[in-house]
Amino acid sequence: MRTLVSPLALRTPRGRIVYWTVLTVTVICFTGAFVFPLYWMVTGALKSPDELAQIPPSFFPKSFDFHVYADAWEQLQLGVFLKNTALYAGGAWLFTLAVDVTAAYALSKLRPVLGKLVLGAMLATLMIPPMVLLLPTYLVAKDLPILHADLLNTPWAIWLPAAANGFFVFLLKRFFDSIPKELLEAAEIDGASPLRILWSIVLPVSRPIIGVVSILSVVTVWKDFVWPLLVLPETDKMSISVGIASLSAQMPQNVLIASLVIASLPTILVFFVFQRSIMAGLTAGSLKG
Amino acid sequence: MVREIVLSFQQNNFVDPGKWVGFENFRTVFADPAFAAAWLNTAAFSGLALVIGSAVPFVLAVVLNELKHAKAYLRFVVYLPVMLPPAVAVLLFKWFYDPGSGLFNQALDVVHLPPLSWLDSTSTALISLVIVSTWMNLGTGTLIYLAALQSIPGDLYESAELDGAGLLRRVWHVTIPQTKLILLVMLLLQVVATMQVFIEPYLLTGGGPENATVTVAYLMYQYAFNFGDFGGGSALGLMLMIVLLVFSAVYLRISREEAER
Repeated sequence: MRTLVSPLALRTPRGRIVYWTVLTVTVICFTGAFVFPLYWMVTGALKSPDELAQIPPSFFPKSFDFHVYADAWEQLQLGVFLKNTALYAGGAWLFTLAVDVTAAYALSKLRPVLGKLVLGAMLATLMIPPMVLLLPTYLVAKDLPILHADLLNTPWAIWLPAAANGFFVFLLKRFFDSIPKELLEAAEIDGASPLRILWSIVLPVSRPIIGVVSILSVVTVWKDFVWPLLVLPETDKMSISVGIASLSAQMPQNVLIASLVIASLPTILVFFVFQRSIMAGLTAGSLKG
Repeated sequence: MVREIVLSFQQNNFVDPGKWVGFENFRTVFADPAFAAAWLNTAAFSGLALVIGSAVPFVLAVVLNELKHAKAYLRFVVYLPVMLPPAVAVLLFKWFYDPGSGLFNQALDVVHLPPLSWLDSTSTALISLVIVSTWMNLGTGTLIYLAALQSIPGDLYESAELDGAGLLRRVWHVTIPQTKLILLVMLLLQVVATMQVFIEPYLLTGGGPENATVTVAYLMYQYAFNFGDFGGGSALGLMLMIVLLVFSAVYLRISREEAER
């Protein structure tokens, strides 16, 4: 496919030189801008405090002492933070799937009365910036209406708001809409209940979109900072981002950096494994793409 | 969800136990010297983040779209920072900004430039925040623009070239008009996102030095959780909401237009 520069121009000697120069420069700049900071972080943690403060800095750490990572793990109780975060993300994932899949299915296939209105309301919540909802949501979490339960410092404070995600409902609904009607009608004639149709027909064919929603929901909760900062003030309940940030001032610098590495490993690993789905989710989220 | 919206309207009329105080909260907030600073900073941050944070990904996307090699690697790498937890990215940059042994001042030293005080000076603190925020959000924009660029039909470039249009003119007359809507939509999304900036000032500067990096969201947090004044915080939240709703409304209109095309 033809782009800005014509293939003819690229085939001339001058075109080739320019192309390869641009390519090399881009690769070098991208690596420098996006990979180097991460390299610096991983190796920085291995340096001793003296070496960290040294001017000019050393490119390779003098010794590979992985002890700092163990230190960081113990001193910052990273184990606890990681376990908490995994619990929050995992629970949020289950709730997101349970709530959003059924909601999207109901809106797409069962077509209830006022369904359009409900969908509209859900989409409207996407228009309202999360920051301005922070205080009202906090007050709701602090004193749940009707039940009057205090959700602060419990995983519910993370799970429930995470599950109510209008964007995921919208993504799922669009996918469900594309499932041929005949398939469902056939099942209905065979006497399957709506729930059974959802379980044995809709879910299996929707695997790709469910994968995307799963990854996005886990990563979102994992990365979130502001909300857990507010609703999980107790140190041993904190998520990893909040935990590290709140203890950062008291830590020796190399220990802090080591803990940053540990905190970013899970999301980076997820990205390595699922990059295709993540990028697909990204462009599905944009309007056209 | 609808309840939450209603709540946010009521909340600013209640001080904690639920007393009706009318516009008292607004008056308190207005009288705060940090109030004007917060709005100015938020506007400046959004403006800068908009110019840098939209132009850079667009240029990157245009370049990436021309390259035929190393595509997968470049796309992977540019999205890498987006996957870092923001708290990690911000704390990492705090270390880079360190005036003594920080990476940035070391780099300036290598090219024989005087060191900057980055976060500690009123003149550079805000731009330092913009740099962090651009770095960690760049990937999303780049990939979305890239997807948009790939849908431009090649014969448009072909005929432009036959008409004698140079490289820059082709960008101006073909690339930009063809991606205009997605550009606009992304700009608006960026405004809405950057107006809510919180984590950067919270972790990097605490609003200082001398209120140089106080943002509206940060001030709102301070009112509610440091001063225990939920009314004042909600008043700020409501003001922010009104401003953002204007942008959201425009966004909605444009994206509807886009959907109809």
